[in-house]
Amino acid sequence: MGKEILDVLGVTLWMIVGIIGIFALYLAVSGLCYLVQRAYYRGRDRAKGYTSLKTVTFGDESAVTGNRMASVAAVITLFLFWGIATGSKLLPPILPQPFVGESAFEYTAVNAAGESATGTVLVQVNAADSDDKSKPDPASVVGASFAKTDVVVVAERRAKLVKVQSNDDGGDQDGYTVTAINGKPIAPEETVSFDDGDVFMTAKGSLSVRPATGMTMEALYLPPPEKVWERFIQLNKEGYLGVGLWENVFWSLIRVVVGFALGCLFGIPLGFAMGLNSWLRGWFEPIVEFMRPVPPLALIPLIIIWFGIGEQGKISLLFLAALWIMTIAARSGVSGVNIAKVHAAYSLGATKKQILTKVILPNSLPEIFTGARVAMGVCWGTVVAAELVAAEKGAGKMIIAASKFSLTDIVIIGIIIIGVIGYLIDVLMRIAERRLVPWKGKA
Amino acid sequence: MTGLVIDDVSMTFELPNGGNVEALKNINLEIKEGELMSVLGPSGCGKTTFLNILAGFLAPTAGVMTLNGHNITGPHPERGMVFQHGALFEWMNVSHNIGFGPKMKGTPQVEIDAKVEELLSIVGLQDFGEKMIYEMSGGMQQRVALARCLANDPDVILMDEPLGALDALTREKMQSLVLDIWKKTGKTIILITHSVEEALLLGERLLVMAPRPGRVHKEYKLPFAELGVGADLREVKRHPEFGPTRDEILNMIWDMEEEIMGRTENA
Ligand SMILES: Nc1ncnc2c1ncn2[C@@H]1O[C@H](COP(=O)(O)OP(=O)(O)OP(=O)(O)O)[C@@H](O)[C@H]1O
Ligand SMILES: [Mg+2]
Repeated sequence: MGKEILDVLGVTLWMIVGIIGIFALYLAVSGLCYLVQRAYYRGRDRAKGYTSLKTVTFGDESAVTGNRMASVAAVITLFLFWGIATGSKLLPPILPQPFVGESAFEYTAVNAAGESATGTVLVQVNAADSDDKSKPDPASVVGASFAKTDVVVVAERRAKLVKVQSNDDGGDQDGYTVTAINGKPIAPEETVSFDDGDVFMTAKGSLSVRPATGMTMEALYLPPPEKVWERFIQLNKEGYLGVGLWENVFWSLIRVVVGFALGCLFGIPLGFAMGLNSWLRGWFEPIVEFMRPVPPLALIPLIIIWFGIGEQGKISLLFLAALWIMTIAARSGVSGVNIAKVHAAYSLGATKKQILTKVILPNSLPEIFTGARVAMGVCWGTVVAAELVAAEKGAGKMIIAASKFSLTDIVIIGIIIIGVIGYLIDVLMRIAERRLVPWKGKA
Repeated sequence: MTGLVIDDVSMTFELPNGGNVEALKNINLEIKEGELMSVLGPSGCGKTTFLNILAGFLAPTAGVMTLNGHNITGPHPERGMVFQHGALFEWMNVSHNIGFGPKMKGTPQVEIDAKVEELLSIVGLQDFGEKMIYEMSGGMQQRVALARCLANDPDVILMDEPLGALDALTREKMQSLVLDIWKKTGKTIILITHSVEEALLLGERLLVMAPRPGRVHKEYKLPFAELGVGADLREVKRHPEFGPTRDEILNMIWDMEEEIMGRTENA
C-alpha cells in the first residue's frame, strides 16, 4: 500500500517533468511563430484604441478572441512535430533515422589453445516493412582463420542474438572466448558499439546485435502522417475487417441519435412533470438524484449482463446517459421561470393550461438546449466507450480491433474521426440553438 | 358601486422559523374610478405585497377588497400589472407580446392585429412590432409592457416600480407617457415608486406607507399630475409647492429609515 502510493507520487513527479518539457517545446515554437508573425505584420494591423487594452477586462469572454493565425500555426506545428518525431518521408530527415542496410564488424576470438584470430560478422538490417529474403554471402569475406564469418539478418530497431563461435573451428571447446569487437575489448554483460549499432555480450557469451535505432519513433507506436493518410485512403476503399470506415462511423452515430432521441422523448416530459408537480417531483427525485452522478460507463458491465452485446444494450446505455441530463435540464427550465412572467400571464387572462404551453414550455427551451448539448457530448463519448467493450460495428469497435493487431495507424484515424465528429455534433447543436432559441442568454 | 374598495386588509407572512412578519396591517382605502395614485415608502414596508394582493397573486390573511362591487379573489384581466423587469416573453416578438391577452381570450386575429397596431402607436413603437424583445432597450421594453397591459383594457393598472430600471431621460419620457395614457384612457392607475419626484408627478393621490407593520402613514392630494398632462414635466417641478412637498416627504421617509436602522441595531 505504502509503496503503491510512493509509486503514484513518483509517476506524478515524472509526469510533471514530462509535461513541462512538452509544453516548453510547444510554447517555444509558439513564441517563435509569434515573433515571425509580429515582424511580418509590424505596423500593418495593430490593435487600435481601446481594443488594445481589452485584455484588462478579466472575465469578459469577448475581451480576448483567439488569433486565427495562431490556431493555424499551432495545427501546422502539431503535424510538423508528428512528422519529425516519426521520421516522415515528407520532411527532410531531422532526427537521426534508424539504420537500415548492410554493415559489418569484426570480432576477436581466443581459442582453447590460447591463439587469437578475427572473424567478421556481416549485418544486414531490413526495413520494418520489407520482405527481402536475401542474405549477405559469407564467402564474400576473403581470408580465413579459425574464426569463421557469420551472418546476421535483423529488422530495423530490433536486436538479434548470434553465437559467433558456433561455426568457428574449435568454437565448442571450453576456453573459446570472444574478447573484442572491432578491437574494443568486450566481456559478458558489456556493450560495445560498432559503426552502425551496438553489440551486447550475454552472460553465456553470445552476441546480441542491435543496429542503431536513431531517435525517431517506431511506426508501431506512432506511424508517420503519410502512412496514416495511405491507410485512410485504403480504409475508405476497403474498410477494415469487412466493415467500411464510414459504415462504422454511421453505426456509432445511429446509436447516439436513437439513444439521445429516446432520452429526450422520456426525459423532457419527466423533467416537466417534476418541475410542475410536487408529488411527482418527490417520487422521481431519489432515482434522478442517484442516477445523475453515476457515470454511464459504470453501467456498461451491468448493461452487458442484462442485454448482452447487441444493439439493445448500447441503445439502452445511451438512453440512460441522455435521460437524466434531459430530465434535469427540463426540470430546471420549468422551475427557473421568472414568477413575474407567470403572474403577468395570469393577469392577462391566461388559463393554467395556456400558461403551461405558452409560457412555461417556451421559457424552458434554452435550458433544454443546454442540456441537449451536454447530453449529445456525453452520448458520443459513451458510445465509443461502449463499442470498445462490445460491438460488431462502430468507431470504437474499429479502433479496439485494430489495436489488438497493433495497427496503430487505424487507431489514430479512428481517434481523429471520433474527435472531428464530436466537434461537428457540438457545432450543429450550437447552430440549432442559435436558430431555435435566439433569445438565450439575452433576457 | 364603482371603484376599488380595500376594507381592513392585513397580510401576515409566517416565517419558516416560527416567527411572522406583519407586511400589511389594517389597510383601508377607497380608490375612485380613474384615479391616479402613487405609493411611496421605505424598503420593506409592504408596497409590493399590497400590489400583489390587489392583483390577486396573494390572498390577504384578513380583509376584503372589491372592484366595482365584486370581490377580488385572484388574478383577472380587469386588473393589469406592469412589472419592473423580466415579465415580457422573450420568445415572442413585440406584437405577439402585446397581443397575448386578447389571444388567450380567443379574440379573432384581425381584431388583435388592429388593437396591437393602435397600441404600438400609443406607446410610440410604430415600427417595432416585428422586433424581438431582446433587441429592445430597457425603456422600449417598458413601453411594450405598458402596451401589453392596455391590450386587455383593464379597469385598474397596477405598476410596481415600472420605471425603476430606466435612465433619467428615458424615465422622464415614460412619466409623460403614463400621464398621457391615464388621461386618454381614464383608467385607475396605482403606481409604486422609490422616487419621491416621480410619486409627486404621477399621483393625484400620494400614499406614504410606513413599515412594521406595513400601514398607510400619510396621504396627499396633489395637483401636479393634472398639471403635467401634455405639459413639460420640468415646468411642473418648478411649481412653488413641488419643492417643499418633496422635501417634507423625503424627510418623512428618511426618519422612518432611521428608525428601522435604530431598531435593528437595538435588536
Ligand atoms: N413571501 C414572503 N414570505 C415572508 N416574508 C415576506 C414575503 N414577501 C414579503 N415579505 C416580507 O414582507 C415585508 C414587505 O415586503 P414587500 O416586498 O412588500 O416590501 P416593499 O415595500 O415592496 O419593499 P421594496 O421597496 O424593497 O420593494 C418585508 O419585510 C418582507 O421581508
Ligand atoms: Mg417591492
